[in-house]
Amino acid sequence: MAVPLRVVSVERSLFEGEVDGQGRPFLVCLGAEGELGILPRHAPLLTTLRPGPMLIRNGSEETELFVGGGFLEVLPDRVTVLADVAERAEEISEEAAEEARRRAQERLAGQLSPEEEAEMIHILETAEARLRLSRIRRGRPG
Amino acid sequence: MPSLRDVRSRIRSVQNIQKITNAMQVVAATKLRKAQQAVRATRPYAEKMLEVLETTAQRATEYRHPYLEKREGDSVLVILVTSDKGLAGALNSNTIRAVVRYVNQHHKGQARYVTLGRKGRDFLARYRRDIVADASGLKDRPGIAAILPAVAAAMEEYNEGRVDTILLAYARWVSTLRQEATVRTLLPFDIPDREEGAAPGADYIYEPEPEEVLDALLPRYVETQVYQAVLENQASFYSAQMVAMQNATKAAGDFIQDLTLTANKVRQETITAELMDIVGGAEALRASGR
Repeated sequence: MAVPLRVVSVERSLFEGEVDGQGRPFLVCLGAEGELGILPRHAPLLTTLRPGPMLIRNGSEETELFVGGGFLEVLPDRVTVLADVAERAEEISEEAAEEARRRAQERLAGQLSPEEEAEMIHILETAEARLRLSRIRRGRPG
Repeated sequence: MPSLRDVRSRIRSVQNIQKITNAMQVVAATKLRKAQQAVRATRPYAEKMLEVLETTAQRATEYRHPYLEKREGDSVLVILVTSDKGLAGALNSNTIRAVVRYVNQHHKGQARYVTLGRKGRDFLARYRRDIVADASGLKDRPGIAAILPAVAAAMEEYNEGRVDTILLAYARWVSTLRQEATVRTLLPFDIPDREEGAAPGADYIYEPEPEEVLDALLPRYVETQVYQAVLENQASFYSAQMVAMQNATKAAGDFIQDLTLTANKVRQETITAELMDIVGGAEALRASGR
């Protein structure tokens, strides 16, 4: 069963089309409460997303995206992802991610207010998720 | 009467100016198209966001997020979106004038500002206004990341209760020939009520609770609004610049025509004067020779 899926970030649309997982989840992503796989006829759901890779499956074709957080809305007839800063996996620069992670760790080593710390942890999670994804794509273990 | 040489060099310099204004007009037209595309690209996200926000707010009726709560005081922060460069007619001064008028009318006391764009920032700095944060020098079609720190600074002022209202000011794009200085309230935010007879919002399973989802949605929505304003302001800027340069090119053409007429007149007068001299000289020779 094919389901219309749309992944949009504020800057542009990242994916739009009918997807059919053929028995397997057509969308796998990292929700607020853990990893989520969405199958057709999923109950209506609205969840926040954590930074991480997102897998879109259409038949045998698989598309990987990276989302830096956002929201997932599942409706009976369509699924929408509002992605924070989503980039196609090919566009992720490993150096930029490494650099961001290094900066965040330096900041974490010093004294921080709780808000700053939460922000830093978020940056760190984002950088690590990016690194993981670009390594998966290159076929070497993290 | 100017000399012929002066007039001719004047014509050449005006022709050079005309070449530049003409080139700027063409460039502005191209950039306008790109800016319009950028504005359109943000629409699906913004529309969906508003839809989800409406549905969620309906579910969380008991919960009053500070962004939805009207406050008593009237201290204000203005997020002022202007362009970085000029040569675009009265675009930026219209926006700035609209802000000053609005603030004077509705809010007593000193307003604070967050500026996105050099023109607005420089104006406010000259008049010693309180600028909280600035993100100028944005490139064409900036990523949303470029404006987030400035928006975060504005929201912090609101969260900590230092201001009771946040306004957003920019030049709204109406058409290539019309841009409208716009000042509107960004926070507190009024979630529009669902239209009568519209399908009821989906009864979601919320993960986590609706309140927490709303907490995450609202700041994102504010950021999206500002981002859209920045992109739309860019479209307005290139429209205004295109028209300004078109007028300048035309004015230069008229000026060249006038100067050419003057040059011809000067040339003819010189020739006439020379002829008169020769004729006069010949006459005098003939008179003396007789």
